[in-house]
Amino acid sequence: MAVAASFKTVELSLLDKLRQLHWPFVAVVVMVALIGYGMLYSAGGGSHGPWAWRHGLRFGVGFGAMLVIALIDFRLWFRLAFLIYAAALAGLIGVEIAGSINMGAQRWISFGVFQLQPSEVMKIALVLALARYFHGVFVEDIGQPARLIVPILLVIVPAMLVLRQPDLGTSIMLLAGGGAIFFCAGVRLWKFAVVAGAVAAALPVFWHQLHDYQKRRVLTFLEPERDPLGSGYHIIQSKIALGSGGVWGKGFLGGTQSQLSFLPEKQTDFVFTMLGEEAGLAGALLLLLLFMILIGYGFIFALRARSQFGRLLAVGVAATLFLYVFINVAMVTGLIPVVGVPLPMISYGGTAMMTILIGFGLMLSVDVHRDVAIPRFLADD
Amino acid sequence: MHREADRLRLFSRRAALLGAGKLGLFGLLAGRLYYLQVVDADRYALLADENRINQRLLPPARGLIFDRHHVTLATNVPTYRVMVVREQAGDLRRRLHALARLIELPPERIQEVLEAALAHRPFVPVTVRDDLSWTEVARVAVHAHELPGISLDAGLVRAYPAGPALAHILGYVGPVAKHELSGDPLLELPEFRHGKDGIEKLYNDVLRGSAGLSRFEVNALGREIKEFERQDGRPGQDVELTIDLDLQRFVFERLSSETSASAAVLDVHTGEVLALASYPTFAPETFIGGLSQEDWRALSSNPLSPLVNKATAGEYPPGSTFKMMVGLAALEAGISPDHEVFCPGHMKLGRHQFHCWKRWGHGRLALVDAIAQSCDVYFYDIARKVGIDAIAEMARRFGLGDRLGIDLPAERPGLIPDKAWKRRVLDQPWHQGETLIAGIGQGYVQATPLQLATMTARIANGGRAVSPWLVRGPAGRGGPLARGEPARIEVSDWALRFVQDGMSQVINGERGTARQARLPFDDVLMAGKTGTSQVQRISRAERAAGVRKNEEKPWRERDHALFVAFAPVEGPRYAVSVVVEHGGSGSKAAAPVARDIMAKAIELDPSRPRPVPTAATDPATGRG
Repeated sequence: MAVAASFKTVELSLLDKLRQLHWPFVAVVVMVALIGYGMLYSAGGGSHGPWAWRHGLRFGVGFGAMLVIALIDFRLWFRLAFLIYAAALAGLIGVEIAGSINMGAQRWISFGVFQLQPSEVMKIALVLALARYFHGVFVEDIGQPARLIVPILLVIVPAMLVLRQPDLGTSIMLLAGGGAIFFCAGVRLWKFAVVAGAVAAALPVFWHQLHDYQKRRVLTFLEPERDPLGSGYHIIQSKIALGSGGVWGKGFLGGTQSQLSFLPEKQTDFVFTMLGEEAGLAGALLLLLLFMILIGYGFIFALRARSQFGRLLAVGVAATLFLYVFINVAMVTGLIPVVGVPLPMISYGGTAMMTILIGFGLMLSVDVHRDVAIPRFLADD
Repeated sequence: MHREADRLRLFSRRAALLGAGKLGLFGLLAGRLYYLQVVDADRYALLADENRINQRLLPPARGLIFDRHHVTLATNVPTYRVMVVREQAGDLRRRLHALARLIELPPERIQEVLEAALAHRPFVPVTVRDDLSWTEVARVAVHAHELPGISLDAGLVRAYPAGPALAHILGYVGPVAKHELSGDPLLELPEFRHGKDGIEKLYNDVLRGSAGLSRFEVNALGREIKEFERQDGRPGQDVELTIDLDLQRFVFERLSSETSASAAVLDVHTGEVLALASYPTFAPETFIGGLSQEDWRALSSNPLSPLVNKATAGEYPPGSTFKMMVGLAALEAGISPDHEVFCPGHMKLGRHQFHCWKRWGHGRLALVDAIAQSCDVYFYDIARKVGIDAIAEMARRFGLGDRLGIDLPAERPGLIPDKAWKRRVLDQPWHQGETLIAGIGQGYVQATPLQLATMTARIANGGRAVSPWLVRGPAGRGGPLARGEPARIEVSDWALRFVQDGMSQVINGERGTARQARLPFDDVLMAGKTGTSQVQRISRAERAAGVRKNEEKPWRERDHALFVAFAPVEGPRYAVSVVVEHGGSGSKAAAPVARDIMAKAIELDPSRPRPVPTAATDPATGRG
C-alpha cells in the first residue's frame, strides 16, 4: 500500500494558525474566567482582594500558555507524550517518598518560586500517553486483552499513587478520564462491565484502605444530618445556600449564606454554591451551559481531526473538564460525597485552572492542526 | 484507507455515546439544581434566615414603687460594669493588670476573667467587674484610650432608697430560681430579677412589664452584623402604696430601740396601712445579686427572725387587748354595762384558782373601769357568763382568727378558739376554765399585730369592717375601688361606745393602766388598751415562792408587751398596734412606743393645722 503518499504534511504559517484558531472557543473560555473573577470578587466581600485579582493574574498567565500551546504543532506533544508521562510519574513517586519522610501528606514539589502538583500534571500527561498509545494500536488489535495491559497500568499506577497521598478526587478523575479514552479508542463494552464488576467486588477492600476523614465524608454524604456541626456542616450549608438562592438568586454580593460565612470554602470548592445563591438557578445553569459548550467543542474538534492521537487528545481533555465540573457540582449539590475537586477557572487556586488551560491549549492545537495526519509510528521512533 | 475509516467510524460512535452520557449527567445536575432551587426553595430560604437572624430579648424596666405622697420607695438605678472583648484587647493579661491599677480588681478575679474570656469566642464581651463606683467609672473612662478592648456598660439594678425600714413591705428582687421558670424566655436572662417577697413578689406581674425584642443579622461565628427591627417592650407599671414614708421611718426607728418588736398604723376609715414595721429586719439590696451561703445562714438562723414580718406573720396571745372583744360579746349577750363584779385578786372555778394580775384585787367594778384597770377577774366572770362561742364570734367580726387579705405574702391567720375548733383539731371537749383563760386573751387565742390594729380600727370607726391594704390605684388588690364601702359589723353603737369609753379611760382615766401614754397634744386624746401576754405558764410553786419579776427572767421567758390605740378619741382617724416581744408589761414597754407612733401620725395628719402654716403649703395634699 502506498502508505507514505497518504501522509499529507501541511506546514502552516503563524498567520494561518491564528486564522485557524477557534476564536469562539477562546471567547467562551474568557467568559467563564470572567464569571470566576466576579465570584471571587463577591467572595472577597466585594473586593478585588484577596482572591479575585490573583485569580485574574493566574488566568492571564494560563491564557497566554493556552494560546502558545495552541499554536505549537501538536506532533511535538505526540513525540513527548511518554516522556511527559514519565516525568509526571517520577514527580508522583517523588512526593510519595518526600511524604513518607516528612510523615505527612504532601502533594506538591516546591521549586522555590512556584509549586508543582505532579497529580495535576498527571491529569494531562495521562491523556497524552493514552492517546499516544491507542494511536499506535490497530482497530482490530484493540480486542486483544494483551494490548490493554500497558494502558491499564498507565492508568492504575498513578491513580494508586494519588490515592495514597491521599487525594480521592484526583484518583477518581484519573480513572474516569482514562476510562473515557479507553471507551473512545474502541475497547469492548463488556470489558468495561467486567472492570465495573471487579471494582464493585473490591469496594469493601477499598473501604478499609480509606483514611478516616474519607470514610467520614462518605458517611456524611449518605446522611449529612448525622453530624450537622461537624462533617455534615459543609453540605447542609451548601444546600441551604443553593436552595435559598431560588430561580433568580439574591443578587450579586447579596448572598447571606456566603457573605456571612455560613458557607465554608466559598472561594474554593464551594464557589459554585455561591454562584447559585447570588445568581440563582439561572446563573448556575448559565455557567453549566458554558462548560457544556466547551466540552461540546472538544467533541467537535475530535471529530474533525484527522489523527487518532488528536481525536483522543481532544476527547480526553474534554472528559477531564467534564469530570472537574461534574464532580464539583454534584458534590456541592449533595449528589456525591465531598471529595475536594475544584471548579476550574472559577474556584480560587491556580493548579486546576493551569491544568485545564494547558488542556484547552492542546485541544485548540488539535483543531488548528486538524488536517495534520500522524503516521502510526513516527519515522524517528 | 479503510482501517483509518473504520477507526473514525468506531471513534465517532463511541464519542457520540460518551457525549450523550455527559449530556445526561449534566441533565442530572440541572435537575438537582431545579429540585434544590425551585421545588425546595422555600424551605431552604427559611433555613437561610434561621441561620442569619438572631433574636435578643430586651428586658423591660421594672415598675417603680412610691409611697402615698409619691416618694420613691423602689427604683432602678444605673449600675456600671467593665467589660473586655478579647480580640480587641491584644495582651489580655496586661490590660487587666493595667485595669487593676484603676479599679479594685483582685488577682483571683483577673484569673477568672482570663479563663472566662478564653472560654468564649473572641468577640464576646466578658464582664470584668460589676457595680463600679462613680470614681471608678470616671477613672476607667479617662484612661479608656490606654485600654483597648475594655469598655464600660450600664445596666439597671433595683434600689430601695428607704433602706431596711420598708424591707418587709417591699420585699426584694432576686435571680429567678429554676423552679420559677415558666417557659417565658425573659426569665432565663441571667441579669433578669424578679420579685421574691413583699410587694415585689405579690405585684411582680404588674411591676415586671413585658420584654422587647431585637432581631439582628449574625454571621456564621455569631458576630452581629446589623439590627433589622426592634420592638420595644412595655415597661413595668408603677405601684403606689398607702404607706407614708415619714411615718414608716419613724415607726421603724422607734421600734429599733427594742430588741424585737413590730407595729401597724391604719387609717380607721379606709383600712389604708400607713405604716407597718417589724424589727429587726434585713437590707433588701443583699438579695439582688443572689445571697451568699453565710449571709443566708446568718439571716435564717438569727433567733430574732429578721426575715419574718412579725406585724403580719407574728402570732401572739393578745392578752388584755382581747378584753374589748369579751366586753362587746357580753354587752351584746345582754349583760348590763352596769353589771358589777367584786375582784378579790382571784376567782375560784371548781378546784382551780384564777388570778388577777393585781394580787390584792380591784374591789367592785363595772365594764368601763374593768377595761381601764384591766381587771382579769371581771373578764373571767363575764366570759364564763357568755361562753367561748359568743366571744369567738365577736372576735371574728372584728377581724381576728383569719387572714385579712392584706397585699403581702405570708400573712398568718392567728387563732380564735371555740368549742367546735377544739373538738375538730384536738378532739377534746372544751373546759370552762379555758373560757376564762381566753377571756383575758391567753391560752389558745392568738393574733397578729396587724389583726389587733384592724380590730382597734373597727372599734374606733363605729363598727365598720375595714380591712388593711397597701396598694392604691387600679393595680391594687385591696383599694377602695375593689372593696367598696366596708360592711357594717353586727354590733350595737351603744355597746361600742362603752368599750371606746373604757379604752379612753385606760389613758385618760384616774386609774387607767396607761396614764403615761397621753399624747403630747392638749387637743388630741388617745384611747388604748394594754396587754401583757404570758409566754410561760406560772406554776403553783412559782406563785408560792413569789412571782418573779419579769426583769429577773431570761429574755426568752419574759412576757410579750402589747398595746393597741386609736386617736383622736373624738372623731378617730388612726389605729395603732404595737407588740414588743418579751418586752415585759404592756403599759411600760408597749404603751410609750404606741404613744410616740400615734403622736407622729397625728403630727403628719394632713387635716391637722400646722402650728405655723407657710405659703408653701400645698392645699391639695395639705403637706407643707
